[in-house]
Amino acid sequence: MKRVGIPHSLFYYYYYPLWKTFFSDLGANVISSSESNRLTLDQGIKLAVDETCLPIKVYFGHVQELCQQHLDYIFIPRLVSVEPKSYICPKFMGVPDMIRAALDNLPPLIDITIDVSKSDRSLKRDIMRVGSLFTNDDNQIKRAYTHACQENRFCRLLAREGYTMAEAISLWEGEQVNNPASGDLNIGVLGHGYSLYDPYISMNLVERLRKMGCNVFLPEALDIGCIEREAATIPKRVFWTLGRKMVGSALYMDKRADIDGIIYLACFGCGPDSLIGEIIENKVKNKSFMMLTIDEHSGEGGLVTRLEAFCDMLRRRRMRGEGNLPAYG
Amino acid sequence: MKVTFPHMGNAHIPIKALLKGLKLEVIPPPPVSKKTMELGVKYSPEFACLPLKVNMGNFIEAIEAGADTIVMAGGWGPCRFGYYAQVERDILKNLNYDFRMVILEAPDSRLSDLLKQVKSLGENVSLWEAWKAIKFAWYKLNAVEKLERHFEYYLPRVVDKDKVEKIFDDGLKNIDQADERKEVHDFTNICLKKMQEQPCHNQPVLRIGLVGEIYTILEPVTNYHVARYMGRLNAEVTRSIYMSDWVNDHLLGGWIKKSRHAEIINCASPYLNYWVGGHGRETVGYTVDFARKQYDGVVQIGPLTCMPEIVAQSVLGKVSEREGIPCMTMYFDEHSGETGIYTRLEAFIDMLQRKSYLQSSFSTPIGVDNKFVL
Repeated sequence: MKRVGIPHSLFYYYYYPLWKTFFSDLGANVISSSESNRLTLDQGIKLAVDETCLPIKVYFGHVQELCQQHLDYIFIPRLVSVEPKSYICPKFMGVPDMIRAALDNLPPLIDITIDVSKSDRSLKRDIMRVGSLFTNDDNQIKRAYTHACQENRFCRLLAREGYTMAEAISLWEGEQVNNPASGDLNIGVLGHGYSLYDPYISMNLVERLRKMGCNVFLPEALDIGCIEREAATIPKRVFWTLGRKMVGSALYMDKRADIDGIIYLACFGCGPDSLIGEIIENKVKNKSFMMLTIDEHSGEGGLVTRLEAFCDMLRRRRMRGEGNLPAYG
Repeated sequence: MKVTFPHMGNAHIPIKALLKGLKLEVIPPPPVSKKTMELGVKYSPEFACLPLKVNMGNFIEAIEAGADTIVMAGGWGPCRFGYYAQVERDILKNLNYDFRMVILEAPDSRLSDLLKQVKSLGENVSLWEAWKAIKFAWYKLNAVEKLERHFEYYLPRVVDKDKVEKIFDDGLKNIDQADERKEVHDFTNICLKKMQEQPCHNQPVLRIGLVGEIYTILEPVTNYHVARYMGRLNAEVTRSIYMSDWVNDHLLGGWIKKSRHAEIINCASPYLNYWVGGHGRETVGYTVDFARKQYDGVVQIGPLTCMPEIVAQSVLGKVSEREGIPCMTMYFDEHSGETGIYTRLEAFIDMLQRKSYLQSSFSTPIGVDNKFVL
């Protein structure tokens, strides 16, 4: 049985059910690296170029961990675009090459190119190519892919219930996950999924907010139609898939009466975030908005203080019926 | 209508010629200065890359000088540049400036669309006049680049570096002011002749490739004049990007002159096998190309957090190791401590000079009598 490693990072949080089902159906043994931790980060920092963003560094750490597990393949997709006329980010387009340049003891990579910006023909060809590493039966590959897509959709449906993608994946794998407790504040939390849902990278942001008595609203739980409609209101279509989703979600949340505040989690050095954050800050007029920027600096105190202050402010404002008047009168 | 545009090195010379040819009143922004940077940094998003900040400074200064229309380029990603114009317009509107922004962007960089957009700018000119304006701008662009290439050749070789810099700067100024093709031609030749007449020294000259992000390479203020600084240290700098090549490859589909673009892209493989936006793949391709042409070293430059260049930088280590060429990467932001930059450059050049000195028995020194032919 062939062993395929999947790094527990980046688009793992959006597509793990798809990848796992696909490879399992083809008879492979799927091994994912452990959740991000201190060691992953330290190794990633050592391997990656200083200027890369935190999630990419962590990704390097995950790949390094997988390298020590005697695998036949490591699955490192080149994610160019997952929908027409939109991109993810230039770094994602270069990830397999960056990994190859940084690590020497690599097992063979499965570096499928996922680019549907113009058509999905090349993607289909690539899926068959990858499938043929495991079986010669074309129909089996096609069946596996269809099944994989179904599983992924099912996992997304779980996320619609208010779970983070990380929790949804755990549920999908049959683990127990506690229902998100309900609180008195409704806070919209935005950010790239690979930083927001990775508890180590985001310093457990979502869980912390829940413990502070907040109901957390995530982009995955919102209606996709509404997000797209709001995103279409700005003059030029945002050409980053995740960026567009963030802008749409923020504008949608801005209009919803039940949401008290919005938090945006950005990564230091993230290209899209540097402009998307500005656009959102500019357009969100009715809600309190806070932008948190994270990097490999791991002091949690500052983050906790800011979250507490944000929640306190929202509660106080509501208690006093203060409206939008500034604190000084 | 008083039109302005962002600075990018000497590109203002052909752009001005083009807009003037379209019978528009042109107010170019003042040259990029400390004040430009300060204004730009003050009003731009903190983590945006440096070109956006310089653009902002340019626009504010130009609007204050009386411009009311901004011409800006656009694009469709994945590099952030494609979204610059939108963010810049919003910020300027929030600052209560009154202006119109014309964004030139072709859906798939098709020449016909671009021509239409240029034509829509010049409402009062005939198609023939527009064509003439484009041709004259192209002519000026080539004249400017001829000077630049010669300047890059002579700066490391002449004895009096200040003199040759002055000749070059004066030459550019003359070309900028010329209104006739004939004048441009004459000024170019006078300037080239003056450069050639400068006495040269006999010391060995290193050859360095300058690769990286287009704006940082073309606008010397944003790279703190690294090219001139290396020239003054007797290193001949060859850039990977010249404006005319870029126009030829990306706007004209390579039909004006022979392009090396495809060849360079091939060089990038197997190190970087996919297009990563911006000039990431070109950076890797040119580094390999410079290595194969026996250059002494490569310096990669870009604005801090530039995504395509980070990808390129990540694989340059491998390129350096396999192709045997020393590489150094420098990122620039608004932090303007030049000393740190120059110290690093000096150390890099010293190291290369030492290396080439140790190998000098294999190579012939470059002397005065080597005539330069373009």
